[in-house]
Amino acid sequence: MTRKQKRLTVIGAGVSFIIAAVLLIMFAFNESVAYFYLPADLATNPVPAGTRIRLGGLVGEGSVVRGNGTTVQFSVTDGTGQNVKVRYTGILPDLFREGQGVVTEGTFESGNHEFIADTVLAKHDEKYLPRDVAEKLKEQGLWQQVQADRPETRK
Amino acid sequence: MIIEIGHYTLVLALAASVIVSIVPAVGARKRDLSFMDVAPIGSIVLFILVAFSFGVLTYAHVVSDFSVRNVWENSHSLMPLAYKYSGVWGNHEGSMMLWLLILTFFSAMVATFGSNLPDTLRANVLSVQAWISAAFILFILLTSNPFIRIAMPPAEGRELNPVLQDVGLAIHPPLLYLGYVGFSVCFSFAVAALMEGRIDAAWARWVRPWTLAAWTFLTLGIAMGSYWAYYELGWGGWWFWDPVENASFMPWLAGTALLHSAVVMEKREALKIWTLLLAILTFSLSLLGTFLVRSGVLTSVHAFASDPTRGTFILVILLTFVGGSLSLFAFRAPGLTAGGLFAPISREGALVVNNLILTVCCGTVLTGTLYPLVLEILTGDKISVGAPFFNMTFGLLMVPLLLAVPFGPLLAWKRGDLLGVLQRLYGAAALALLLALAIFYAEHRGPVLSVLGLAAGLFLVFGAVADLWFRAGVGKVAAPVVLRRLKGLPRSAFGTALAHAGLGITVIGIVAVSTFATERMVEMRPGATVETGGYTIEFQGMSDAAGPNFKDDRGSFIVQEDGEDVADVWSSKRVYNAHQMPTTEAGIVTFGLSQLYISLGDFTHDGAIVVRIWWKPFILCIWFGAIVMAVGGIVSLSDRRLRVGAPTRRAKLAKATTPIAGPLAFPLPGGDPEGVRISSRFAPDQGLPGALG
Repeated sequence: MTRKQKRLTVIGAGVSFIIAAVLLIMFAFNESVAYFYLPADLATNPVPAGTRIRLGGLVGEGSVVRGNGTTVQFSVTDGTGQNVKVRYTGILPDLFREGQGVVTEGTFESGNHEFIADTVLAKHDEKYLPRDVAEKLKEQGLWQQVQADRPETRK
Repeated sequence: MIIEIGHYTLVLALAASVIVSIVPAVGARKRDLSFMDVAPIGSIVLFILVAFSFGVLTYAHVVSDFSVRNVWENSHSLMPLAYKYSGVWGNHEGSMMLWLLILTFFSAMVATFGSNLPDTLRANVLSVQAWISAAFILFILLTSNPFIRIAMPPAEGRELNPVLQDVGLAIHPPLLYLGYVGFSVCFSFAVAALMEGRIDAAWARWVRPWTLAAWTFLTLGIAMGSYWAYYELGWGGWWFWDPVENASFMPWLAGTALLHSAVVMEKREALKIWTLLLAILTFSLSLLGTFLVRSGVLTSVHAFASDPTRGTFILVILLTFVGGSLSLFAFRAPGLTAGGLFAPISREGALVVNNLILTVCCGTVLTGTLYPLVLEILTGDKISVGAPFFNMTFGLLMVPLLLAVPFGPLLAWKRGDLLGVLQRLYGAAALALLLALAIFYAEHRGPVLSVLGLAAGLFLVFGAVADLWFRAGVGKVAAPVVLRRLKGLPRSAFGTALAHAGLGITVIGIVAVSTFATERMVEMRPGATVETGGYTIEFQGMSDAAGPNFKDDRGSFIVQEDGEDVADVWSSKRVYNAHQMPTTEAGIVTFGLSQLYISLGDFTHDGAIVVRIWWKPFILCIWFGAIVMAVGGIVSLSDRRLRVGAPTRRAKLAKATTPIAGPLAFPLPGGDPEGVRISSRFAPDQGLPGALG
């Protein structure tokens, strides 16, 4: 091999590694990215069964039903009154409560309109509402800024 | 009063940092020694001022002075004293103060230990450090002032977030910041070199200890954070690919690449321009991490508060420093002379492969982390990029690197012999595969891929041993000679071997946990038993317990092996008095390197409790490997050539005048000056697309 060929091989190997990486990234985005929806979005714009999404909103008041063993059913709702039934098997996060914000991830079962979640998130702060949920709810005008116990500060 | 003094000291620190930003840099231009001498003294004064200010904030927290808003928001008089100390940085303002403290600490260290640096370089480096300090002091004073008072002081504070009330908070943030703020020194050296327009092997030698130190701290900091999340959050996971985790992981990847390319530069004067760029990119990623975590664009356990002005301010700092340094790089880099030559199969070649893969992987993580943000700004769509994405891309791309690592140290500089190295590694590879199969059969589960993963991890470990083995000539020469040779090896050789073996141990842990871990989720009543990982776990029942500032609902368990009791453990639902916020405390039993992890769930409607039990084989390997890596870093740091310092000017002159050290001395087959230029250029060209995502 001449020097030039050698150099080309090296550069070629490097560039093909980068190209492989880019293709892999694009493929992975297609495979594993989940879009975020509120119940109202789903009402106007249904998602086919089997597509992985994130469903966010508020846990419906009085909707939590503990079934057999570790399966829990509840509904996720938003300002428009739309709601989606969710089934989840597992341990709910500590801050999961009725009327509070929640984000679930999973797919719709084909046939019925039940959302099978494999992940339920409610994060680590009593003041916390998932940002996605907060913003979407703000758009719907349902959001009240809680600025209760903040004493006046002096500069 | 003392609070106001602390506040005022911080303002003084701003003034000091502005002086150090300007005077020494002007001095370096004019070659005026008296101007340049401001740098070391000024940097030390700056550190003292910031340290005093930080001390005042700590004092306010320790005495629970609730007239200070920061203390009122994040502390409570009944909190244990240790948490009052660590609580200082358990909030946005305090953590920025810690950031600043560590930044000025590094400047002071450069000022103290940098007496062997050329005057102009030292002046410029400390100036650049002071620019960063000034920007962050301004940020703290204008948007995140911890010294603000409350007009009517409340009697009691609101308490630190319960998740943060843990020894982890005392260790994780300082280590992490020592790591990622430590890279500021590399950045400053790079910018100073660009300002002077001159760079040589000595530069790499000066930068190397700082890179090593920062990298070691960052390794420990990330490992500590991972272990903390594992035991505290009660989800049983040790890495979530959370954007905030990625924010600390990206500088680690880039820093690891920098560590390796600096070796090439130091030994062979090659990859100079690339190393400069990496130094800039590494700290830029640290700044990006600070922006992502502190601005509130991401919500996570780490986002203490979100305030748009803060985000904008950090974004301005980020863009100024990254944009400024990269423009400087673009102007000055073409003027720098290129370095030595090497064949593709050589130690340098191996290190280029290391750099290529690490930067591409770093780019992948960056893409996955920023893509949701960019997409939301551009289209308004909200998406989440989670673990599946990162496992698929990052996981696959790292495989070639893991396999290539053992080859690197065994290859010769300039022109290596791949066949010879392969022969030397036969033993290690065979042993790794055999042992991987043994572990696989012992565990009886998991796909074939896990065997390969385990083999890769073991190959790293045995490859590291093989490196030392062949260097010492075990089996070829008598035992006393072997000992003498081992003694004669530079410490950095041991450091390399340790760090690589540590990586192998971590890989073994990751593969074993991801494939052999078992998870049981069951409803349990007192007296019920569950079997997992060869142990029987019996639920004893629930009981109440109370701590200084919390109440526990404790579930007790007995762990049995072959009918014998081997351990007692409890897991609890904990509610903190001030927050009324429930958290889960996991019960963890350690058996050798493996752990049993028990986490309580909710009560079911008929009074049983849901319990989640994981058997996590070899999980401790993950963090133990990181510790071994860090020890490797420390051993390397104690290498004689770093302690003794950079080569003297005389040595450099000798090098320049001896024709044998010139770039043409060791040409490739048919090498010519054009080869010199191309070979030094191709590295940045290759790495850039990956690094910039």
